[in-house]
Amino acid sequence: MNNTISIEETEREIVEEFALFDSWDDKYEYIIDLGKKLEPLDAQYKTDDNKVRGCQSTVWLAAFYEDGRVIFKADSDAVIVKGLISMLIRVLSGHTPDEILNAKLGFIQEIGMTTHLAQTRSNGLLSMVKQMKNYAMVFKVKEQNG
Amino acid sequence: MIATEEIMHAFDVENIRRQFPVLNRTVKGKPLVYLDSAATSQKPQVVIDALVDYYSGFNANIHRGIHSLAEEATAAFEATRDAVKNFIHASSREEIIFTRGTTEGINLVAYTWGRQNIKAGDEIIISAMEHHSNIVPWQVLCEEKNAVLKVIPINDEGELLMDEFYKLLSPKTKLVSVVHVSNALGTVNPVKQITDAAHNAGAVVMIDGAQSTVHLDIDVQQLDCDFFAFSAHKLYGPTGAGVLFGKKHLLETMPVFQGGGEMIKEVTFAKTTFNDLPYKYEAGTPNIADVVAFKAALDFISETGKEAIAQHEHELLRYATAQLQSIPGLTIIGRAKEKAGVASFIIEKLHTQDIAIILDNQGIAVRTGHHCTQPLMDRFGISGTTRASFAVYNTRQEIDALVSGLHKAIRLLS
Repeated sequence: MNNTISIEETEREIVEEFALFDSWDDKYEYIIDLGKKLEPLDAQYKTDDNKVRGCQSTVWLAAFYEDGRVIFKADSDAVIVKGLISMLIRVLSGHTPDEILNAKLGFIQEIGMTTHLAQTRSNGLLSMVKQMKNYAMVFKVKEQNG
Repeated sequence: MIATEEIMHAFDVENIRRQFPVLNRTVKGKPLVYLDSAATSQKPQVVIDALVDYYSGFNANIHRGIHSLAEEATAAFEATRDAVKNFIHASSREEIIFTRGTTEGINLVAYTWGRQNIKAGDEIIISAMEHHSNIVPWQVLCEEKNAVLKVIPINDEGELLMDEFYKLLSPKTKLVSVVHVSNALGTVNPVKQITDAAHNAGAVVMIDGAQSTVHLDIDVQQLDCDFFAFSAHKLYGPTGAGVLFGKKHLLETMPVFQGGGEMIKEVTFAKTTFNDLPYKYEAGTPNIADVVAFKAALDFISETGKEAIAQHEHELLRYATAQLQSIPGLTIIGRAKEKAGVASFIIEKLHTQDIAIILDNQGIAVRTGHHCTQPLMDRFGISGTTRASFAVYNTRQEIDALVSGLHKAIRLLS
């Protein structure tokens, strides 16, 4: 699960992929496709504790710590949200807590998905990124405390 | 028949649209299709102008100032009160209290009349299709007073089960508070029958008119309801202003809501004498500008013709319902015989949030989710709906755009 490509490199890859699309439709078609292909989250992890609270859709986010790296797995009942999560997992999963905590995630803006950071979409990227960084912080603190 | 044709002829939607500047804009490169007027309506130029005119022409604090600007501002503010009185056919201007909106109107009644009159064991009746704003204030009151909240159930079409309502009525019933038109389903409730039955049981009646006031002719004297609350912003007026109508004899005996300026006659440290109606319930500097501009919205509705608007909206709803039903996998939620303003629906296997995002990419604004009616969504066993709502400026072409947008959503998301 060790992600050998750096966070910045993966972000660059995604930005290049999105550069091929010239319409909103194409971008969303791609995100929807990512959503449909996201590895399903085992039912045992679809707990209330793993819910990222939001107004309209439900997101479950689980995190595991293996060999100093954080592995993220997630699911949602809404497919576009799932596609967005899929990208975040691709970028952040398999990295160390420090790498995750320092990630700037500028790709979100570069691919034109900043609307999903808006407060109204409370189940958008913003709360997911926050939750992922929270997990990274928890794992980091746990390790420091031995 | 001739009268109907004349109304149809007189109603020129393109002319109406030209009066709403925001309708000229594009969203994501596409012309805006605004189908979210049940959340808030767009504003005609006359309302925008009225706001600008107020601030640039005669802004002043009202009622107490002895100078020309204060007099002009007071006159304009009070002119809206008269316009509202006429609009809902109240018998007296003292029965018109300005609030921030429907929610504040309901809370005002809960905190004043409710705290004065509700005792342990008393019952308050609401319905299964209430907005959270007409649930929570009564829940809080019931908890505080040890009173009981009862709920009128609905059928699968989204209509109140009136027989069940009659069974709920008893000498313990102190208040019945129901929504006139459901924001989530569009159901028009028989509030006159409800009011009469509640009065026979000795209960006071509050109507949530947030959605109805824009679509239906409101006559509070004919309805005979004791309280009626609505918001200006759903009536082509500004946000942050609303109205609570209350029968004079109730408003006179109710305790005050908030203390402060304007609502007093005389203050000493020993005792305060409260002002007369309606000022007794309007503590502090009110939302002068928005109330003043609200008159322009009411004039706009009157000039356009409420009946003509209602007919136009009814036609749009009828057309939308027929077109939406042709979409495979789509189910209309709320199929009451009497409906106004909204078409709510779900589409098999599709999440409402996904639908909203795909529609937004095509410039189409709808509302999705539980519409602040979670108990109602539970009743239908769903987490939310997609809701298209219609106003004076909407067109058949916009409904066609919605339908093709939904076809696209289904294609992309399935």
